[in-house]
Amino acid sequence: MMAKVIGLSTMSDTVAPMLSVFPSRALVDENFKVVVENLPPGSPVTLHSLHQCEDKHYWEAYGHYISNHRGTVSVTDDLSFGGTYTGKEAMGLLWSMRPVPGSREGLRLRKRNVCSPLLVNISVYRGHVVEGFREQAPLASSLTERWYMAPGGPCFYLQVHYLKNYFLVFFSFCPGPFPGLLDVWGGGGGLVEYRSALLGSHGYASLALEYFAPGELKSSDLEFNYFETAFNIVKDHPQVMPDKVGIFGLSLGASLTLLLAAESSIIKPSCCVFCYSVSNMNTVHKSFFLVISFKVGRINCPVMVVNSHDDQNMATVESSEDMAQMMRAAGNLHLLTRLYYPDAGHLIEPPYTPHFRATKFVKDTKEKVILLWGGQTKPHSDAQEDSWKKILAFLEQNL
Amino acid sequence: MDRKQCCVKLSVQPSRGLMDEKFIILVQNVFPGFQLTLHALYKCDDGHSWEAFAHYTASAIGTVNVSEDPSLGGTYSGVEPMGLLWSLRPVPGSKPWLRMRKMNVQTPMVVTISVYPGHQTEGFLDQVSLAGVVVERWYMAPGVRRIPITEAGLTATLFLPPGPGPFPGLLDLWGGGGKLVEYRSALLASHGFASLALDYLTPKVTIETGKMVDNQYFERAYKVLEQHPQILSSRIAMIGLSFGTCITFKMAVYSQVAKLRCIVCISGSHVQPIDGSVEQIMSFFNKNAEKTRFNNENQVIWHDLLLPIPTDPSLKVDVGQLQCPLLLVVGEDDQNWPAHESAMDIKEMMERAGNSHLLTLLSYPNAGHLIEPPFTPFAKASAFRDISSRQMLVALWGGETAAHSRAQEDAWRKTLVFLRANLYAGANTDATSFSNL
Repeated sequence: MMAKVIGLSTMSDTVAPMLSVFPSRALVDENFKVVVENLPPGSPVTLHSLHQCEDKHYWEAYGHYISNHRGTVSVTDDLSFGGTYTGKEAMGLLWSMRPVPGSREGLRLRKRNVCSPLLVNISVYRGHVVEGFREQAPLASSLTERWYMAPGGPCFYLQVHYLKNYFLVFFSFCPGPFPGLLDVWGGGGGLVEYRSALLGSHGYASLALEYFAPGELKSSDLEFNYFETAFNIVKDHPQVMPDKVGIFGLSLGASLTLLLAAESSIIKPSCCVFCYSVSNMNTVHKSFFLVISFKVGRINCPVMVVNSHDDQNMATVESSEDMAQMMRAAGNLHLLTRLYYPDAGHLIEPPYTPHFRATKFVKDTKEKVILLWGGQTKPHSDAQEDSWKKILAFLEQNL
Repeated sequence: MDRKQCCVKLSVQPSRGLMDEKFIILVQNVFPGFQLTLHALYKCDDGHSWEAFAHYTASAIGTVNVSEDPSLGGTYSGVEPMGLLWSLRPVPGSKPWLRMRKMNVQTPMVVTISVYPGHQTEGFLDQVSLAGVVVERWYMAPGVRRIPITEAGLTATLFLPPGPGPFPGLLDLWGGGGKLVEYRSALLASHGFASLALDYLTPKVTIETGKMVDNQYFERAYKVLEQHPQILSSRIAMIGLSFGTCITFKMAVYSQVAKLRCIVCISGSHVQPIDGSVEQIMSFFNKNAEKTRFNNENQVIWHDLLLPIPTDPSLKVDVGQLQCPLLLVVGEDDQNWPAHESAMDIKEMMERAGNSHLLTLLSYPNAGHLIEPPFTPFAKASAFRDISSRQMLVALWGGETAAHSRAQEDAWRKTLVFLRANLYAGANTDATSFSNL
């Protein structure tokens, strides 16, 4: 009978727990499963995510778990007892990410190069850790890629006189034609491609439009013509179905799109999605909004408005009520779909990205301020997930 | 333009996956009962094009789900979720006797999956499809590190899983075709095993000196794993295919240096001069060259070279002395090696010696010699350069497409279970029986 020698040899024999993320490569709006196996049963551990953005800032999230009798933790099925998120949250490690302690104020996570993925490091630490993650060795870690573009998506830029530059996403191996989208962003200015890339991955030829560089808001000459040209570029493209072009607007972009849909004789979208900021704006170029009278009764296409309470950026809820009134008066109310999300804050973007209560914003006077967008992290992320699904369904139905 | 046709929706989930992961192909928005063809196109790194296709009829709700619905014909039939990959074959007009092997594991295999109207069998590339999706298949998971190893005169590549470790280690040997073949090691690292792919037939030292490697070459490779700070020296295993099994058996039973926790032997044999070096083992095989047969298509059948299984103990590794678990994988239609006959002899030797509890045998009817990680095109025969004679021949590997592909999927899954149980489980694993596999 051989005595089993336990002790030092067994300790040095300990292999690392297995941490797996499935799928390891996914689109930004897809779910994943994070599982840790081979832990001692009933042991407290911390699951941690880390991302270094293009501006070199670090973002992290974490949740506290206890392994089950088989030594397993499954983020999809188990409860987080604390951290940057609590409860059963499959995607909490992504949407609850925030800048690591000691970071500058007012940071915002936005990916500029959409041809490469967001790299997120997922690790598991012994015990319930709340800080100092980078100073200790994790038990195991894994890397996951989050993509804005599906495989096969080429990136190409078209320089057009009048428009500074723009980005058209579509998939050339596909026969087409595709429904088109004009994707208009908010008051931050500059070219923001990633939502278009994601929409492109869902089968839309989506054009992300830049209409002024950051900070140039007041000085630029915004005219209908500019947007009409952009709309026509999408509509007239040989691989786009001309009778199926919609408009997607966020924040300032939403106001603009609403106005275009109501007033322009050239722009006739098949449908519109506004992520609210339908309101009285005081930071907007006057000449453009001198004629703000929401003749929204003129809108002839299905419209989806996404707004929320606790919206500290603009008085959106009130104005969307106004809008409903006007459409009812014009007999167009059946075209309107509204989504309400309490406590969600202003910035509603594709899901599973970090939430921002306040970020840096460059005003037209080149002054940098911190803008309070509002919202609580969990309701905002739930709103992002739910609204994105409904927006995609709405677009599919109408385009 | 037919409006309805423009709206055909095709999705493949996941669109980026590992080579051994399954995907779900879904076609939606077609008319109920609509006949369509699903087509896959792959252009390999050498520039050859491969294609596969299958015929489906849409359901009452206008969908086709490849994981649930049967193919009515094409390069595969029946319900086969991954058929569009394993039934890929070179397009008409290609060079004959091709075998798909991805030598660059740092880029994905890129496959275009498309839908065509009707039940078609050819001319796909001359038409416009109804919908198409590009899918990436990767050998390396994100974060897996690829480290070329040239120290100690070795020609090898080490693949480390992401994270601090420590990880169990694997020594990975391929067969008589030589070259440094990385894809199985890359995939194993993606599953948590630090894996060293070793070139032992055509390494730098052999190319330069003309001399084949000695037995110490393999022990030096083992030491690279043993001494690596992120690898657990007490949890090192070995996996060999074809000629690689000769080395694996030899190391497991006779090496004083290698302490293997378990071994996996695929499509090989224990028959060899037990004191022999690589060169001597090769000569032993070549002595029986007159037993080489050819089929009607002039393809080489080397199956008989080691037959009959000798009774002389100096001509086969004494597997009765094996002290670690052995996973033995054989294809019953193997035309290249007598893997099945060797397996029977191994089983008998181990039963006589009393260590057969260490043996797990996976034997697959209608599977051939090249039992590799799943979901890559099946090749019943392909061009092969014989290492000793330097002649280019067409070797018959055996197997039937669907059965062999299913065998690969099953064998790979069980190999991972076997490795995980022996290399990742808790402290008390002695020999574990896997009769329930």
